[in-house]
Order: sequence, then structure tokens, then C-alpha cells
Amino acid sequence: MNAIETHALTRRFGDVTAVDGLDLAVAQGELFALLGVNGAGKTTTIRMLCGLLPPTSGDALLMGHSITGDTAAAKKILNLSPQETAVAPALTVRENLAFIAGVYGTSRKAALEAADQMIERMGLESVARRRAKTLSGGWQRRLSIAMGLITDPEILFLDEPTLGLDVLARRELWEVVEGLRGRITVVLTTHYLEEAEALSDRVGVMASGKLVALDTAAALIERTGAKNFEDAFVVLAAGKEGR
Amino acid sequence: MKCLALVRRNLSELVRDPLTLFFGAAFPLVLLGLLTLIQRNIPVNLFAIESLAPGVAVFGQAFLTLFSALLIARDRSTALTQRLMASPLTGADFILGYALPLLPLALLQGLLCLACAAPLGLNLAHLPLTLLVLLVSSVMYIAMGLLFGSILNDKQVGGICGALLTNLSAWLSGVWFDVKLVGGAFYAIANALPFLHAVEAARAAAVGNTAALPGHLAVVAAYAAGLLVLAIFAFTRAMRGGKG
Repeated sequence: MNAIETHALTRRFGDVTAVDGLDLAVAQGELFALLGVNGAGKTTTIRMLCGLLPPTSGDALLMGHSITGDTAAAKKILNLSPQETAVAPALTVRENLAFIAGVYGTSRKAALEAADQMIERMGLESVARRRAKTLSGGWQRRLSIAMGLITDPEILFLDEPTLGLDVLARRELWEVVEGLRGRITVVLTTHYLEEAEALSDRVGVMASGKLVALDTAAALIERTGAKNFEDAFVVLAAGKEGR
Repeated sequence: MKCLALVRRNLSELVRDPLTLFFGAAFPLVLLGLLTLIQRNIPVNLFAIESLAPGVAVFGQAFLTLFSALLIARDRSTALTQRLMASPLTGADFILGYALPLLPLALLQGLLCLACAAPLGLNLAHLPLTLLVLLVSSVMYIAMGLLFGSILNDKQVGGICGALLTNLSAWLSGVWFDVKLVGGAFYAIANALPFLHAVEAARAAAVGNTAALPGHLAVVAAYAAGLLVLAIFAFTRAMRGGKG
């Protein structure tokens, strides 16, 4: 069974079709990057897969659970680390982690135990007792990903996980994401093409709501005859392939 | 219950905000003390403690609206709401998660205000009844907070709830002066709105006047129910249209 399957997934906003009949399959344990320029439809796709936005038509299955017919079951197995800061500012790092474990139904005691384990796993010991609003951007992003992992999801959506971070913080988070490969299905959206190339097993490129390319980064470079992945992306996202 | 985690988080956010502590607890007590001092130096019975204390307790609840509206509006402006919306929390979990933490704060606020009024001469014989009445009016103010927090951004909340609502609640509630003495349209408006009835219900409860209580309390309860329905509708809509 695939971790994610979309079947003619479509979302319209009035006359605008943001996602147009998307058919996609992501294997279990795969690290999948969804790329596209602004307005390509990737954020709308992620929002539909996370149950934040109902599709206009079509459906998606997350580990076999339909996002339209069985949203509650689908939500239990996924977690999300949104693009912007998504932490409770007045709670400490430990409290933030226990809070998210709690909203997924874990008892208070078990949530605190899970928080302590996650603090150790993500190297958050030095900031565990600090309130989230006092942390630097890098620490907040690390906490945000830890909050996505604490529920032990089968599918994790990482929306621009390293946006705005310096190169060292970004590389540290790459290691964290790399460590998830094979254990959790990760869908990554990013504007950093070198990030997608370095981390993902396969890349999907969206343009104007449609999936225009789906393969490994190396295969996409070869297919377009480009010098590097960035050039390949430009060719694919701008619809210049074969011109 | 999943919503308990949200209740716990929201309660922590509220009590760790110095704004809550000052306006929720200290400010009403300062008003109580100042007006009692004024009363001691004027010949007319303008701020009798049995009228003043329940009135200030109700006025203090206007800040519950500000606190709850600010919390929701701030959450809506960040991706935290997006994270929570992707979780298994249901609509009912969300509403309870934001509303329930305000109830113990409301009770504590009322208790503190009335307890501090006791040394100033307030008879606490009807304290449980008064707290029960204050609980009903607190639901009304909390519902207003859910409503405003769902339809306004955090800057707008500051203006509408922080300035406009507290002023409306002050002028039209009869806490500081008898609105009947103003009469005319002013009294008609005050009588049509719930603030005056909330104060009169609390005053009736504080002196055990069970004959005057039901009429005022019915108006407050009706407003509380109506506002709660509106708030649930607006809140659900706001959350469905959350950022992302």
C-alpha cells in the first residue's frame, strides 16, 4: 500500500483551478519533495492532504484512509510542520511538545514522557525549560519539527522547514530530516532546490495546478538536458521542456 | 480528552500574560478601593459597597472578552492554528478548548473582587448565589470574546474589545451611576443591552433579592445563549478558513 495516493484531486477557488486533477502516489518511507513556483498549487495540495481544505472533486488516500470520507482516521496518522512559526509562545519547549502529544489523545503522563524523549532525540536539552517565544528562529524551527514528530506520525508534511535559517541551522535540520528516511513518509515543500535535491528520493514539480514532472532529481536533470537541478526545475516549472 | 490539552495550553497562555493579571485581577480591585475611598468623603450614597462590588465584578468580566478575543485572534494570525486544524481535534474540542479556561478565571476574578469587598462592608451571606450569577454573565462575555476573536485581527481586537466594549460596558451598565437618572434614549439603550441587567442581577444576588433576580438574569442568559451560537458559527467559519 502506498502512503499517499491522490486520485484526480482538484481544488477550485471560484474560476481559478489551484489544483487540477492531481494523480500522485508516494511510497511508504519515501522522502518526497513537492516543488513549484508560487501559485503552482503545492500549498493547496498540502492543505487538502492535511484535511485543512476540502477538495472540490477527487480524493486522496493516506495509508488507505480517504481525506473526504474518513478525515478523522487520516488526521490521526499525519502531522504537519507548517512554514511559519507554529509554536505556543508562552509554553516552554517541553510543554509545547506535551501539548501536541495531548491533542492527539496521549494522556498527560505519557505526553510528558514522550516530550522528554523527543527533547533528547532532537537535541533540545539546553532549551527544554525555555519559553518558545524566547528561542531563536533556528531553535523554533527545530521545535516545530519535533512537534510534528512527537505523535509518531506515519506521514509528516514539512512545509518550507528551513526557510529563513542560516546555512548551519539549515544543515543541522537536513540531518534531522535525513534521519527520518525509511521510517516515516515525508512530504517536503521547499523553495531551496539544493535542499530538495539533497534530501528527497523523488521530486514532483507542479505548475499551474498540474503535476508536470515526477522523478528523481538526477533523472529530471537528464530528462531536460540541463546543467544542474535548478536549471532543470526552471525548464519544467516554466513549461519550456522540449522547446 | 483531547480538548483538555488545549484547555491547559490556553490557560497557561492566559495566566502567563501580565495583561491578564493586571486587568483581570488588579484593575477591578484598584477601582473598588478608589471608589470606596470617594464614597467615604462624599455626603450622598453614590458607591455603596453592596452595589459597587457586584458592579465592579461584572465590569471586570469585560476584560475576559479582551483576553479570549486576543488569544484566538493571535492564534489565528500564526500557523499554530493550522497545526491544530490538521490534528484530530474536532470543532467542539476547539470551542471548549478556548472557552473553558476562561470560566475558572471568571470565578476567581469574581471571588477575589467580592472577598476584597468584605472588609469594606460587603455581606458575603449570598456569595454562592452571586458567583453563580457571575458565572452566567461570564459566559456572555466569553462568548463575545470567541465571536470577536473569530472575526477580527489582534489589532482590531485591541480597539473593539479593549476600548469600545469596556467603555460600553462601563457607561451602559449602571456600575458608576444610575442610568435611570439619565433617562430617555440612553436608558432605553442601556435597558436593551445586557450590561445593565448583568450588573442588576449580580446586585440582586449579592443581597439575596430573589424577586428581582430572575428578570435580569433571563436577559443575561438569553444574550449569553445568542452570543454563544453566533460565536460558535463565527469560530467554526474562521477555523475552516484558517491560514495555509
